[in-house]
Amino acid sequence: MTKMKKVSRRQFLQASTAVGGGLALEFSIPGNALAQLGTPATVSEVTHWIVIHPDDRVVIRIARSEMGQGSLTGLAQLVAEELECDWNKVSTEFASPNEHIKRKRIWGSMSTGGSAGIRTSQEYLRKSGAAAREMLVSAAATQWNVPASECTVANGTITHAKSKRKTTYGKVAAQASKLEAPKEPKLKDPKDWKIAGQSVRRLETPDKVLGKPVFGVDVQLPGMLHASIAQCPVFLGKLKSVDTSAAEKMRGVKGIVKQPDFVAVVADNWWRANEALKKLKIEWDGGQNASASSDTIYAMLKEGLDDPKLPAARSNGDAAAALASAAKVVEAQYYSPYLNHCTMEPMTSTAWFKPDGTLEVWTSTQNGEASIAAASEASGLPLEKCEVHKMMLGGGFGRRGAPQDYVKQSVAIAREFAGKPVKLLWSREEDMQHGYYRPASLVRMKAGLDASGKMVAMHSKIACPSILALLRPEAIQKGIDFTATRTFSDSPYVIANDQCDYAMRNGHVPVGFWRAPGLQNSFYRECFIDEVAHAAGKDPLEYRLAMLKEGDKNRLVLEAVAKAAGWGTPPPAGVGRGIAMSDGFGSYTAMVAEVSVDPKGAIKVHRVVFAIDSGYVVNPDACRAQAEGNVIFNMGQLYEANTVKDGRIVESNFNDFPLPRIHEMPKVETVFASTGGFWGGHGEPGAMCVVPAILNAVFAVTGKRVRSLPLKNGVVSA
Amino acid sequence: MVKLNVNGKAHSLDVEDEMPLLWVLRDELKLAGTKYGCGIAQCGACTVLVNGEPVRSCVTPAASVSGKKVVTIEGLARPGLTRVQKTWIEMGVPQCGYCQAGMMMAATALLAAKPKPTDADIDAAMTNLCRCGTYARVREAIHAVAGEKPASKKA
Repeated sequence: MTKMKKVSRRQFLQASTAVGGGLALEFSIPGNALAQLGTPATVSEVTHWIVIHPDDRVVIRIARSEMGQGSLTGLAQLVAEELECDWNKVSTEFASPNEHIKRKRIWGSMSTGGSAGIRTSQEYLRKSGAAAREMLVSAAATQWNVPASECTVANGTITHAKSKRKTTYGKVAAQASKLEAPKEPKLKDPKDWKIAGQSVRRLETPDKVLGKPVFGVDVQLPGMLHASIAQCPVFLGKLKSVDTSAAEKMRGVKGIVKQPDFVAVVADNWWRANEALKKLKIEWDGGQNASASSDTIYAMLKEGLDDPKLPAARSNGDAAAALASAAKVVEAQYYSPYLNHCTMEPMTSTAWFKPDGTLEVWTSTQNGEASIAAASEASGLPLEKCEVHKMMLGGGFGRRGAPQDYVKQSVAIAREFAGKPVKLLWSREEDMQHGYYRPASLVRMKAGLDASGKMVAMHSKIACPSILALLRPEAIQKGIDFTATRTFSDSPYVIANDQCDYAMRNGHVPVGFWRAPGLQNSFYRECFIDEVAHAAGKDPLEYRLAMLKEGDKNRLVLEAVAKAAGWGTPPPAGVGRGIAMSDGFGSYTAMVAEVSVDPKGAIKVHRVVFAIDSGYVVNPDACRAQAEGNVIFNMGQLYEANTVKDGRIVESNFNDFPLPRIHEMPKVETVFASTGGFWGGHGEPGAMCVVPAILNAVFAVTGKRVRSLPLKNGVVSA
Repeated sequence: MVKLNVNGKAHSLDVEDEMPLLWVLRDELKLAGTKYGCGIAQCGACTVLVNGEPVRSCVTPAASVSGKKVVTIEGLARPGLTRVQKTWIEMGVPQCGYCQAGMMMAATALLAAKPKPTDADIDAAMTNLCRCGTYARVREAIHAVAGEKPASKKA
């Protein structure tokens, strides 16, 4: 922990409150952190994560975003646990990206993805809580002139038993905040947790249940205008011309913004903006991609698989030789389509160029730092003159992290209406057709078995557009994008000769981090292993276990899920069971699905049992919710696809991109097989096994092997 | 002029007759609890009650509900939270929460029409989309409000 300079902290609090506070209170905008602190003189920033009020209220700062995954509450639980405060007096506020920049990134990463919110910040957050506790105790001990070691603390109350004195955090916070934070405060053994590890209710739920304006799309500001946007339907295409004459005359229209790749109408009401947008006569120049289609993309991927000179993401032994001499070879090709994230809240961002030369942005973002960088880049203003108010997200799933396209657009639009806030909201059609899609991919797998059925060789070839090439090119190593090769390149199965080749074939459709990036590989690997197990005449569970080292945590979750699901016992009549296993995002997971298929081929998922070892579980109920959500979210993969024609996405709304509904929701049972000693995620791990567990169950009950998604006509074909 | 009664309050609004109720609520009356999700009555995020019936406000012209009683999520809790809202909190139904105003409006209407809804009733009435996947808890919460299962949290 760094030494803090008390004077600058006070100045910081005053400045922050002056900048954001008045506005936020006046219009009840749930903006950033310091907006709601109250009078600077009365609150104490004990550490940069913890602010304590004289009446003992504790405000915990959250640097990551809340998009439904629940980590806002989980992060607060971890801090509160070490702080030993009264949980009923805890509230949270988002750390301000602007102050973050000014204070040299004091709150660490703001990125909220990769199921990393808790697992990559738990240590410094817990230490901050523990440090604050020690500082508060020390302040009380000094006041009482007793050794700190004689003081005890519980629920925000400090006690010196010998002298029968008590005080509360609120009373000593001001003194405590002047102390230097201890560098290595002692952390609790998770066995002693009282707040963390409990299913406390999520802190933000009451506001959401009351319909309070907490989302990006809810922002209301004085004199605010509304924008609706039309982007070039062919990705990477440009605006050629636009006839705005009809739109300009429409009621409420304040202006039309033309940019190289989009047109936006700005009006006094979003519906009016959107109606006028429909009246624009736009000519686009799709360029060379205007003839791309799902067929040309498939051909591109297939060509990748046929490329003899692919870089290897894994190369153990000699797969080619082992396959050549194998007693039996199993071979299969699998395919998955592009998929939109379909957050229920479409992309939205409000930008306001203020008279004092600053820019404020309100948006639903998975990364406040990425948003402030986007605002700075799009406006040309230095970071210090920009602020981003992090709002609750109406879903994220990876869409609102790296790209920040909608933030840049809102800044470009608002710049033409300087002095007035402009809220950009994409129509659902724009959202569906301008995503950063889960990449389509084609994978060919070959397994070589010896005479006993043991897998002695595995060779996988993956053709898949690279997310990293588009969004984080610096992370590509030797031609390998690990988000495209994972699950094969890091498979825990012990196979003597194991090769994984990667064909990076990018195409023009933007790809992005879609909940559990690379999860299609779990579908491929785990269904293929199932095929191989059946070809070897082995039980799919036993076959997997035989390929896993003793002590491998993957074994433990497989065994846990099998036990909970009753693997090996007869399933209900007409029902098949499928099993799958995948590790990722710091956790180990396995799943069993119970499925029936009606005579028309329609799949019904009855029951899903999910086992996860994430080391620790900070909020069991929130983690169960993630498991439940992951199951139904990914069941949509059975019939969802974004297809391409004339260079553009064909699907436009939920009528032609159907999301699962309540009648499809199966019973989900979550087993926490926590072994401790490490920290894994929960937002994405539950996604990986859903498709393979279900499709393996489909095979068990029908004998039909589904190798390509979506299901043709939504059913298992004859 | 479009005359509306929203959450018990009368409004006279100078808006186009065809402006959907959703956008009158959100952008004219600044009642942002009702959400836009699709604009074509597919997702139900915009569900409000009109004379007690669940209506998809994104495809309902404001003028068509003149003289009727419109209730939005902001007007549901009067006074205090309704049982649906309380149960939603107790059972931890929302994840991101964006679709939940629509969910609660639809559930409120369902429970008013059928105080003890069956699973089939719930499937038929709760056609709202939730991308986070809160469906199991929505169902459980509706049953709990109906008094069919205890609204207690799982251990």
